[in-house]
Amino acid sequence: MKVRIKFAKQGAMKFVGHLDIMRYFQKVMRRSDVDIAYSEGFSPHQKMSFAAPLGVGLTSRGEYFDIEVNSTESSKEMLRRMNETMVEGMEVIRYRLLPEDSKNAMSIVSEADYLVNFRKGKEPCSDLKNQFEQFMAQEQIEILKATKKSEVVVDIRPLIRSFEVRNDGIFLKLATGSENNLKPELVVDAFCEYLSVQRKPFDLLTERLELYGKNENGDPIPLEDFGVDLD
Amino acid sequence: MRKLALSDEILLSIEKPARYIGNEVNMVKKDFNKVDIRFAMCFPDVYEIGMSHLGIQILYDMFNKRDDVYCERVYSPWLDLDKIMREQDIPLFALESQQPIKDFDFLGITIQYEMCYTNILQILDLSKIPLLAADRTEDDPIVIGGGPCAYNPEPLAPFFDLFYIGEGEMVYFELLDKYKENKANDGTRHTFLEMAAEIEGIYVPMFYDVTYHEDGTIRSFEPNHQNAKKIITKQLVMDISNTYYPDRPLVPFIKATQDRVVLEIQRGCIRGCRFCQAGSVYKPVRERDLDFLKEKAYNMLKNTGHEEISLSSLSSSDYSQLEGLINFLIDEFKGKGVNISLPSLRIDAFSLDVMSKVQDVRKSSLTFAPEAGSQRLRNVINKGLTEEVILNGAKLAFDGGWNRVKLYFMLGLPTETVSDMQGIALLSEKIAELYYQIPKDQRIGKVSVVASTSFFVPKPFTPFQWASMNTKEQFLSKAKIVNDKMKEMLNKKSLKYNWHEADVSVLEGLLARGDRRVADTILYAYRLGCIYDAWGESFDYDKWEQAIKATNIDMDFYITRERNTDEILPWDFIDVGVTKQFLKNEWKKAKKETVTPNCRMQCAGCGVAKFGGGVCFESKN
Ligand code: SF4
Repeated sequence: MKVRIKFAKQGAMKFVGHLDIMRYFQKVMRRSDVDIAYSEGFSPHQKMSFAAPLGVGLTSRGEYFDIEVNSTESSKEMLRRMNETMVEGMEVIRYRLLPEDSKNAMSIVSEADYLVNFRKGKEPCSDLKNQFEQFMAQEQIEILKATKKSEVVVDIRPLIRSFEVRNDGIFLKLATGSENNLKPELVVDAFCEYLSVQRKPFDLLTERLELYGKNENGDPIPLEDFGVDLD
Repeated sequence: MRKLALSDEILLSIEKPARYIGNEVNMVKKDFNKVDIRFAMCFPDVYEIGMSHLGIQILYDMFNKRDDVYCERVYSPWLDLDKIMREQDIPLFALESQQPIKDFDFLGITIQYEMCYTNILQILDLSKIPLLAADRTEDDPIVIGGGPCAYNPEPLAPFFDLFYIGEGEMVYFELLDKYKENKANDGTRHTFLEMAAEIEGIYVPMFYDVTYHEDGTIRSFEPNHQNAKKIITKQLVMDISNTYYPDRPLVPFIKATQDRVVLEIQRGCIRGCRFCQAGSVYKPVRERDLDFLKEKAYNMLKNTGHEEISLSSLSSSDYSQLEGLINFLIDEFKGKGVNISLPSLRIDAFSLDVMSKVQDVRKSSLTFAPEAGSQRLRNVINKGLTEEVILNGAKLAFDGGWNRVKLYFMLGLPTETVSDMQGIALLSEKIAELYYQIPKDQRIGKVSVVASTSFFVPKPFTPFQWASMNTKEQFLSKAKIVNDKMKEMLNKKSLKYNWHEADVSVLEGLLARGDRRVADTILYAYRLGCIYDAWGESFDYDKWEQAIKATNIDMDFYITRERNTDEILPWDFIDVGVTKQFLKNEWKKAKKETVTPNCRMQCAGCGVAKFGGGVCFESKN
């Protein structure tokens, strides 16, 4: 049985990197007696795969990983068990059964929502709303991207699927995944370049809100919607 | 949510910020305003090392069982953060509450190896606690030291208010009660130290005076306070199946050195290796009950979610119920994706059988610790491992599919000759030859024999506490002799030889057998910028040399000089149970190449039977 788990990562946990979060959840499986399936071989490992790594320093309300289990209780019970062994700042919010033929989360991720805030005193300009809207009104937003061999100019405008300057920060829906991947940092780089201002170090507070994958019609839907709650 | 002591800017600009945020699984949460005693437990090395230490996990659990105490943790900030904290004047803080160490009642430091001494000063300094106990005021925590290096606390004496000599489980609660009592009576720091000096196992350095002869040896070591005991007796737990052991050890987020459940199956060792301090100071052997261990193994795996469990002891093969324990672990946990790791097993049919069950034979290697290259020298050090036993073990293992062997030796042991050194190469060669006797079609590739040597450092409370230690030059020329001989061997392509840094060993020698005068050198070296001396990247021998010179330390006096058995040694005021007379006899026997049987073969009357338990009374039950 395939199960998709959604979790939030808040507070001080943003300083724990992706690999360590993976190790953390491997231990959560054992602490909360999730009947997870193991691979064959001399040193078996848990069948678990994460959707998209989250950088150190970012919080999130919508992280995902998939597991394979041999048996399971209801979603409610599994969430309760796992949350009983969580540390402060980590919370498991969905536990959903996936159809047997589902692709894993990593391979279908297409977009991610972010909420970006500038720290106090580190804003690049005063009328953020206006300026950002003008920045986004450009037909092309070109940035220099360093590749292994050289630097290439890329247009990131199409990778910014939507945006909104809200009271609680700049909302960005960005292309994410193996094909196209845009980090909010790069958007801010481009924005500052557009303003012709130097970026201030550690200027951002960024939260990932949700991850999306393409369904069979090619439409992006939240990863949690691929599965169903177990009663 | 807790507010972190460090800003996001700092945490995002240093390596592994998760070292400093606390919040780990099984971290104890209490309101620090609502307890009577705040205790900061420190391991003066980087987080990943400190978090791997079992002793702290035991004490953390034990202290926090008391509602009136909140025990928190603190480790050495790594070099990157150290620099930032000094530049920005940020006080060192505890991981749990993220509050300054300076506000605690106690700072307890476990002292596991000599090369962390400058890190102790780093901890004090960053905490803004005066480095010298004499300069501390009512606003400073009581600084207490414990652990193996406390068996010669003298080089650290001026930096500590007190030392605790013995196993942590024993007298801490009495100490904490006295502290509360003193507080209730509006007592001062000084009155507390006076009360503490009366507790068994507690040593208050400022209550003792040392005088010296002209030749530098100690003339007298006397208490200068009526409460101070003339002799401090080591305290140890006799019933170790009815004592503190955590059910919920802390689980770090980042990979620690010891990323597994650790099950301490026994304390002490029956084998009286004459170079081994742990073997001497943790005597007598006390075994833990099988049922106790089974229950702890189960609870700890369940509560941590670790995927590995490891047995810990000085010599696991001597644990009398080893077979039952290992079978239990395999039956109970192997099918649940839990790895079982078995260090320090003697190689024989039984251990090879269990090893083949719990690890991948092709990926694992066999480990032998002959410690010396010849039988003669092994008799000197009382290492009861013969060449025959090693070769038989290797043969069995090769037949079982193993083809990697690691050998551990020491260079610089007392009475060592060139042929003892060359014996290291010869033994390695014999093992390789043994492998190639197997018909070619039954071998799996080549054999790899890796011999490593460390340099022998004489330690207090061993029969070699009087021995002369080699200089750096002697060490390196000995390593060269071994290396040259290795190159002459027929199977040299299958042999590999590694040796340790000699600088560090010499310094370790100074600190291990130093007296109070060496404290100046440590302080001087720290002022020059020495920290993390146990780490190759930051160890700076030139600075240490400068400190040694500036503080007039005669290295011959501390390193190469063979001590007279009549002289007062800096640690003589401590009674570890093993008598000085026994050690003297052992020193004599060593020089005569005579072995002493282990405790189970025949009691050697070392003196620790007075503690009334353990192996000393096994046959008499
Ligand atoms: S008194 Fe005898 S049995 Fe006990 S530790 Fe000493 S030598 Fe071993």
